[in-house]
Amino acid sequence: MGFLDTLLGRSKPVQPNLDQLFGLPSAAMTLEVNGTFRPTGYGAVCYRKAEGAAFNQVESDVEQLLEGFDGPKVQVSKDKYGYTWLLCQRPQDDMTSLVTDVHAVNSALQDNGFGPYLLCTLVSFRDDRGRKLALIYLYKQGTFYPFAPLAEPQRDNVLELDIKSQLGNDLRLEKDLGRWFPVWGAPGL
Amino acid sequence: MAKTRFAPDRGLTSRMVLVMFLIGLLAVAFIAALVAFVPTQSLPIVLVFAALILGAQFFFSDKIATFAMGAKEVSREQEPALHATVERLCALANMPKPRIAVAETSVPNAFATGRNPNNAVICVTRGLYRSQLSQEELDGVLAHELSHVAHRDVMVITIASFLGILAGIVARMAFWFGLGGDRRDNQDDGVPIQLIIMLFSIATYAISFLLVRALSRYRELAADRAGAQLTGNPLALATALQKITGDMGKIPQQDLRAAEPFNAFYFAPAFSSKESLMAVLATHPSTEKRVEELIKIGHELGQDFGQIGR
Repeated sequence: MGFLDTLLGRSKPVQPNLDQLFGLPSAAMTLEVNGTFRPTGYGAVCYRKAEGAAFNQVESDVEQLLEGFDGPKVQVSKDKYGYTWLLCQRPQDDMTSLVTDVHAVNSALQDNGFGPYLLCTLVSFRDDRGRKLALIYLYKQGTFYPFAPLAEPQRDNVLELDIKSQLGNDLRLEKDLGRWFPVWGAPGL
Repeated sequence: MAKTRFAPDRGLTSRMVLVMFLIGLLAVAFIAALVAFVPTQSLPIVLVFAALILGAQFFFSDKIATFAMGAKEVSREQEPALHATVERLCALANMPKPRIAVAETSVPNAFATGRNPNNAVICVTRGLYRSQLSQEELDGVLAHELSHVAHRDVMVITIASFLGILAGIVARMAFWFGLGGDRRDNQDDGVPIQLIIMLFSIATYAISFLLVRALSRYRELAADRAGAQLTGNPLALATALQKITGDMGKIPQQDLRAAEPFNAFYFAPAFSSKESLMAVLATHPSTEKRVEELIKIGHELGQDFGQIGR
């Protein structure tokens, strides 16, 4: 935020950075080559629902658009913090389509001026031993971070740091570990 | 650049600029008068003294405020839900997560302090946390506080109140020590110079007090606006305000008096906005005024994108 905005007390809502999302398919590839983590086929977009008719309209348009074109299954749910999750499912090996679906949601919201309400996007992975992993994309930072939940409130930090070292070349990873916030019970995990 | 739904409130901005200009003007006039009237040997003492107080306020604002409120910092393990709520809002606003403190009082309220976003503390009272606020309303209150952090309101208000501190010190020094001798105007029957300085300082103090209060009210409206735009739920913030100010009227007087010095940093003032309380002395705009502004923002949010002019 600039000096003038501080002086005048008008912070502007931050617009999301959508470009980095397309790094996901190559990251999925890297994970598969380096270990046994494979995509589960689930991806979810998390956003805040704004008040008013305009947002409701955009939301129902998005659902129709996604189910319309070549039909991933879409589930909408609300978490205990009041954020909405839109969960898409694709075949396990089709990471590219999943990213396209997710991106359709993003651009629909952004084109209608609701970009600032996008919180994060999550794609989930699982390995042979049943360990769970999610790559989470922070829209405002334009960075990814890994989230490996064990039983709440414990997360597998060793695995997370391992993933971080593996994916450095594919994705822009969040350097500030303080921003790796957990999303317990997120759909698709 | 993507189009945006969030137009700044030009009226609010221009009123804020006017108040800040007046504070600056008053500061220049007062310091010029000091240089003209106060003997040169005591001037540095006054300035150093005022700068020290300002510096202490500025650098220790987080510790002073949390200590005085009896607030304790809480870790993620102690208050996981509160941490998660703040984390999400910070991710939404793309700002560093402030430290979080909880004060064990039953008055429902929240405040933010700290000189910059990296040293910020957000404090909520146990009363707020236990009150009947829904998650959306709690988000609204916390987003309002995060906006105070983003706008660096502690810094702005501290700098703005520098003049008041300076004038207060000068008035007291003129009274106690005569500020370096009883020099009089050239005529024998002239008014003592200390008296002039003292009266002038008192006047400056009073005017700057009113201006800082006005500035504080404008910053509150700005934080309401930014907070509502961040969460996208202006009406939730409005209902939170009504619930909090409604409950506050019922709290016994002693609790309120203890809380009073921190009103400037609070979410809502700790006493109800009685008619007898002059609006110009308040640190916060009236709840009605704030709710009215929030409803306007809600209306802007709900508009069709085509109608938003450029």
